[in-house]
Amino acid sequence: MIPANFEYHRAGSVDEALSLLAQPDVYTKVLSGGHSLIPALKLRLSQPGALVDIARIAELRYIRQDGNYILIGSTSTHKDIANSALLAQHIAMLPEAAGLIGDPQVRNVGTIGGSIAHADPAADWPGVLLAADAEIVLRSQAGSRTLAAQDFFLGFYSTALQEGEIVTEIRVPIPAAGTKSTYQKFMQPASRFAIVGCAAVVQVSNGTCSKVRVAFNGVADACFRDVNVENALAGKAPTAENIAAAAAQAAQGVSILSDHYAAEDYRKHLAEVYAKRALTVVAG
Amino acid sequence: MSVKISVSINGKKYTSEVEPRQLLVYHLREALGLTGSHVGCDTSSCGACTVLVDGQAVKSCTTLAAQVDGCNVITVEGLAKNGSLHPIQEGFKEEHGLQCGFCTPGMIMAAADLLQNNPDPSETEIRHALEGNFCRCTGYHNIVRSIQWAANKLKETNAAVL
Amino acid sequence: MTYIGQSVKRVEDKRFTTGKGKYTDDIKLVGMTHAHIVRSPYAHAIIKSIDIDTALAHPGVVAIFTGKDIAAAGINGVPAGWQVNFKDGTTMKEPPHPLLVADRVKHVGDGIAVIIAEDLATARDAADLIEIDYEVLPAVTNPAEAVKAGAPQVHDNAPNNICFDWELGNPKAEVDAAIAASHHVTRLDLVNQRMAPNAIEPRSAIGHYDDSKDKFTLYTTSQNPHLTRLLMCAFVLGIPEHKVQVIAPDVGGGFGSKIFHYIEEALVIWASKQIGRPIKWTSTRSEAFLTDAHGRDHVTTAEMGFDKEGKVTALRVSTFANLGAYISTFAPAVPTYLHGTLLQGLYTTPKIHVDVTAVFTHTNAVDAYRGAGRPEATYLLERLMDTAALEMGMDPAELRFKNFIPAFDGVTQPGYQTQVALQYDSGNYEPVLERGLEMVGYENFRKEQAEARKNGKLLGIGFSTYIEACGIAPSAVVGALGARAGLYESAQVRVQPTGKVSVFTGSHSHGQGHETTFAQVVADRLGIAMEDIDIVHGDSDSVAFGMGTYGSRSLAVGGSAIVKSIDKVLEKGAKIAAHKLEAAEEDLEYAGGRWTVKGTDKSIGFGDIALTAYVPHDYPAGLEPGLDFSSFYDPANFTYPFGCHIAIVEVDADTGKVTLKRFIAVDDVGNVINPMIVDGQIHGGLAQGIGQAMLEGVAYDAEGQLMTGSFMDYAMPRADDLPSFEIDRKVTPCPHNPLGVKGAGEAGCIGSTPAVVNAVMDALTPFGIIKNLEMPMTPQRVWRAMHQK
Ligand SMILES: Cc1cc2nc3c(=O)[nH]c(=O)nc-3n(C[C@H](O)[C@H](O)[C@H](O)COP(=O)(O)OP(=O)(O)OC[C@H]3O[C@@H](n4cnc5c(N)ncnc54)[C@H](O)[C@@H]3O)c2cc1C
Ligand code: FES
Ligand code: FES
Repeated sequence: MIPANFEYHRAGSVDEALSLLAQPDVYTKVLSGGHSLIPALKLRLSQPGALVDIARIAELRYIRQDGNYILIGSTSTHKDIANSALLAQHIAMLPEAAGLIGDPQVRNVGTIGGSIAHADPAADWPGVLLAADAEIVLRSQAGSRTLAAQDFFLGFYSTALQEGEIVTEIRVPIPAAGTKSTYQKFMQPASRFAIVGCAAVVQVSNGTCSKVRVAFNGVADACFRDVNVENALAGKAPTAENIAAAAAQAAQGVSILSDHYAAEDYRKHLAEVYAKRALTVVAG
Repeated sequence: MSVKISVSINGKKYTSEVEPRQLLVYHLREALGLTGSHVGCDTSSCGACTVLVDGQAVKSCTTLAAQVDGCNVITVEGLAKNGSLHPIQEGFKEEHGLQCGFCTPGMIMAAADLLQNNPDPSETEIRHALEGNFCRCTGYHNIVRSIQWAANKLKETNAAVL
Repeated sequence: MTYIGQSVKRVEDKRFTTGKGKYTDDIKLVGMTHAHIVRSPYAHAIIKSIDIDTALAHPGVVAIFTGKDIAAAGINGVPAGWQVNFKDGTTMKEPPHPLLVADRVKHVGDGIAVIIAEDLATARDAADLIEIDYEVLPAVTNPAEAVKAGAPQVHDNAPNNICFDWELGNPKAEVDAAIAASHHVTRLDLVNQRMAPNAIEPRSAIGHYDDSKDKFTLYTTSQNPHLTRLLMCAFVLGIPEHKVQVIAPDVGGGFGSKIFHYIEEALVIWASKQIGRPIKWTSTRSEAFLTDAHGRDHVTTAEMGFDKEGKVTALRVSTFANLGAYISTFAPAVPTYLHGTLLQGLYTTPKIHVDVTAVFTHTNAVDAYRGAGRPEATYLLERLMDTAALEMGMDPAELRFKNFIPAFDGVTQPGYQTQVALQYDSGNYEPVLERGLEMVGYENFRKEQAEARKNGKLLGIGFSTYIEACGIAPSAVVGALGARAGLYESAQVRVQPTGKVSVFTGSHSHGQGHETTFAQVVADRLGIAMEDIDIVHGDSDSVAFGMGTYGSRSLAVGGSAIVKSIDKVLEKGAKIAAHKLEAAEEDLEYAGGRWTVKGTDKSIGFGDIALTAYVPHDYPAGLEPGLDFSSFYDPANFTYPFGCHIAIVEVDADTGKVTLKRFIAVDDVGNVINPMIVDGQIHGGLAQGIGQAMLEGVAYDAEGQLMTGSFMDYAMPRADDLPSFEIDRKVTPCPHNPLGVKGAGEAGCIGSTPAVVNAVMDALTPFGIIKNLEMPMTPQRVWRAMHQK
C-alpha cells in the first residue's frame, strides 16, 4: 500500500503553515498526527499534491486553563488529553474519551485537531465536544474565527473548515461545580471505532438535573446533540426511572446508520442503552 | 521532489533523501536493511511495524519517513546491547511469548512503551496496552506472561526500559 | 541429560526477538524487480478489453503480462491435489484456475494482470494507468443458493455449480429408520461461517531465473516447499523439477493458508525468465483477505436421535460446502475425508450418515484452515450434544458420560472402529471431562449461575468434548481416497565427522518450534547435547523431500522419520563401535552418547565413532564409510488427540455483548516432548477457535463484494478480547508411532468453538432454548436471538 506522490513541507509556525496552505494550484492538505490521513493516502482514497506538516508546531500543543476555559492546542495528542490532570479534574469525559480512542500507538500521535477536522461519524471527539459546549478556533491568513462545536460539525465528514484554514484550538468551558461528565462507547469489534458513543454532562443540584447535555457519535452520519433526551431529564430528579425515560427518547427523528455490525433498529436500541448508562454515571 | 532527512536510528545517525510518500517502515526495511519491523496490514491495525519515535510507540506504516526527520528512532534491532537480549526480549523467550515471530518485534516495542509508562502493569493493563498489536499464533496468553517477566526483571535489576 | 518432556526454551527465539528473522519479504536479490497484481473488482464479469499501453510506457515499468500472455505461453492453471468423485463414481468437476484470467473473472480478487517495475511504488502507480472494460454479471455467494435452479453459473462445465456430491457412513435408509425410531431427535440448522486465516505475515514470493545455470529459485511463504515445487513444475509450468529450488525461509504463521500452491508463485517464476531478472511479489493485507484460501463455510442440517436414557441412536448430517470459485489444493478433502470421517466424535453412535455437496460460488477459494473439516464436524456434534441436553432436561456433562466410547489403549485392546471409516488409535475419554469439571468447579458454577440469574446477570457454561484425526496420513489410505500425493515424511540425519549432527526434515516450521522440539528428540536418542544439533528445513536443495507441516503432522510423521534415521545411525555406529572395542555388537549397549561393552568399563563415544566413520582407517571390513541416513516414514494410521473444552461466558442483557470469562481446556495429545511449546500451540488454537465463535467471519454481499476485507471490518481476537486460559493435559500415548505423540497444532481450534457457542446458549436459557445462534456471535446477533428479532 503505497500513496501516490506528493510534496511535503514541515511548518515551524502557524503563520508558515497558513502561507504554505495558501499556495495556489496545489491541492494542499494539513498533516497532523496522520492517523486518518495517511491510511487514506495509502489506499489512494485521497491524493493531495502537497502536505503541510503541523505536528511539530510548538505553539499548537498545549492544554492550559484560561479563566473559565480549558484551552487545548489542536496538535495535542489523544495521549496528552488522556493524561491531563487539569481536564480530569474539571471535565472527566475528555480524558476518558481520549483513552478509548484506537490503541496506544494511535493515541501517541493522533491529535484532537486532526480528528475533528476529519469528522468521521464514528470518531469520538465530535460528540464529546458537542456535549462539552466547546468552541473551535480556526485560523487562516484572513484571520481567526471561533465557532461553537455545534456550528463546526456540518455532516458526514464535513465541517465548517474552509480552504486555507486550520484548527488551532479547542476551547472547553469549565463546567460549574457539581457537574459530572462521562463518555460511554460501544465499539465496533474490528475497528473499535464507535458504533455508539454517548457523551453526557449533567449538573445535579438540589435534587434536580440541570445543564443536561447528551451527544452521540456513530449513530447517525454525523455527531449530534440529542435535545429530546436532554429536555426529558432537565429539571427532573436524577432517579432511575427518570433517567430511563429520558434515555428512551434517544436518537428519535434522526436518520440512523446501518451496517454489517449494527442495523438501524439495533443501533437505535444501543443509543438508548448507552444514553441510560452515561446518564446513570453522571446523574444516577 | 525528495526531501532530505536526518534521523538517529538505534543510536546511529542516518542522512537520506526520501520521497515524501515513503513510509517509515519501508525506509527502515528497504533503504536501511532493518527488516525487523514488519508489515502485516494496510489499515494501521496490526502493530507489526511498531517502533519507538522519541521514546513513544508508533506504527511505522502510518508514519512518513519525512515526519521523523530529526527524531530518535528505536527499532527492535536496537534493543539488545552488547549481544545480550533486552529484558523484554528475554521475557518473550523465557515465557514462550512468540511462535512464528512475525508480530514479535511490534509486540516488544509496544511492551517497551507500556513499561516506560507503567513499570508494574496488571494483566488487564497489559492486555489493553496490546490493543494495537495482533498476534495470530500465541493467543496472547504467554505474551502477557512475557511482559510480566520483563517487568519483574527490570524491577529486580533496577534498570530503565531504554 | 534428558530433553524429552522438558520445557526447553526455543532455539529460534534469539533471531526472532532481535528482528533477525529472515522472512521472504526481507530478502533482497541483486537486480530484483517488484510485482503488483491487478485484480478484479467484480465477483463475476466478462473482461471486454484491457488497455496496458499507458502503463507500459510509465517510466520504471519493466513488463506487464495479462491472461492472454499466460494462455499464449500454454501455461496450465494451478491444480487440485485431491480428487473426490461423485456418488455415482464420476470424477469431480475440475475447472481450470488460470494464473491470470483472460476472459471471465469469477471472484473479487481474481488476477488479471501483473505489472513488474523497478520498485513497488512504480508498479502500483502504473496500476492506476491500466484500463479494463468489464461487463458485470450476476454472482452467487451462498452455497445453498448456488445449487438452486437459475442461480448464476460459475463454470460452464459444472451444472448447478456442483463440484461433486459425496456420502459416507451407514446406509442412508438405516440411518433414516433409526432417527425415525428415536425417542428424541435434536435438529440444528447450522452455518459454519467462512474464516480468513490471517497469518500476520502476508504471503510473498520471489522468483529468480539464473540463465547461466538454467535454474529457477523460488522463495516463498510456504508450509510445504517441496509440494509447491512438485505442483508448480509438474502441473503448472512444465519445468523440470531438478532445475527448481524452492526455499521457504522463516514463515510468519500459516494455519493452513500457506499449504497451497498459489498462482503468484508460478507467476513470478515464469515471468522472471521472461524478463531475465528476479521478481518479488508481496501480498497486501487487502489482497490477503481476497486471495488467501479461506476456511470452513459449511451450511449444514444435523439431526441426532436419542433413546429414553439419552443414548445416541443415530446421526444424520447434510452439508453444502462452499469451495469458492476454484478448487484450491486440498479443498475437496476438507468437507469430506476430514469432516465426514470425524462424525463419530467420542460417542458410541451406532448409525451415522453424512451427505456433502461441494459447490462453486463467486467467492475466494476455501481450503484447509487450522483444523480443516474437524472443527466443522466437532461444531455440529457438540452443538447437538448441549442442545439435546437442554431439550431433554439432562445435564450436558452427564449426557456425554453416557455416550463416551469406553477406554482402549490400542495395544492390548484394539483400536475403535467407527461407523465413518476411521479406526481410532487409542483413547480414554472420561478423564478429560472429569478433569475439566473439576477445574471449572462445576457444582459451584451452577450455584453461582442461579444466583446471578436472580440479579438479571446472564452467565452460561458450554461444553465440548472433541476428537480429531491428525498426523495425516497413511499414503495408501489417502491415495485410495483421492489424494494425488503420498503423505509420508522424509528425514535425513547427517552425523558430521566431529560428531555434530545436521538433521534435514521435510516438515516445515512456521511457528511450531521444530528447531527446538526436533533437536530435543535427536539429542535424547543420540545422548548428545542439543547445541550439537542443527535442524534444517524449508529448502528443497538441502532437504531430500518433504510433505510439509499441516494437520498437526510434524512430530508424529516428520519426527518419526527422524527417529527412523537415528535408528539407522545407531545401528551402523554399533558396527563401528564393535570393531573399535573388539566386541560383538550384541554385547554393546548405547547410552549417554557412548557404546559400552556390557558389564565392562570399555566404551567409546559417539564423536569418536563419527570420526572413524569419516576417517575409516581402522574400520570394519566391507562397511561403507560415512554416517548419514535418510528415511521416509509413512504412518500406520492417523493419530487421534481428544479433549474437553469448557467456556464460561457472561452476556450483557442490554446489548448482547458476550464476554468470555473463563476458558478451560484439558487436552490429550499423546506424549509431549516440550510442554511449553505444546501449551503454546493449544493457546493459539484456542484463540482462533474462540475467535470463530465470537468475532470472526468473512462476509460477502449479494454482489460478491467482500464486506470484511480489512482488519477494520474483520474482527480478530486482540489481547483484551481474551482471558488467560486454564489448561491441563492427560496423556494417552499413540500406539503406532515411535514417539507416542499425537499432535497438538489444531486441538485448541477444533474443540473450543462449540464450547463458547454452547455457553452463550446456556446463558440465554431464561429466554428459552435458543438454537439459532449464528457465528460469529456479534452483540447484534445475540441481541436478536434473545429477543427473536
Ligand atoms: C488503527 C486506528 C484506530 C483508530 N481508532 C479511533 C477511534 O477509536 N476513535 C477515533 O475517534 N479515532 C480513531 N482513529 C483516528 C485517530 O484518532 C486519528 O488520529 C484522528 O482521527 C485524526 O487525527 P490526526 O492528528 O491523526 O489527523 P491527520 O490524519 O493528520 O488529519 C486528518 C484530517 O484532518 C486534517 N487536519 C489535521 N489537522 C488539522 C488542523 N489542525 N486543521 C485543519 N485540518 C486538519 C487533515 O488534512 C486530514 O484531512 C483511529 C486511527 C487508526 C489508525
Ligand atoms: S503494518 Fe503497521 S499496523 Fe499493520
Ligand atoms: S508469533 Fe506469530 S503472529 Fe505472533
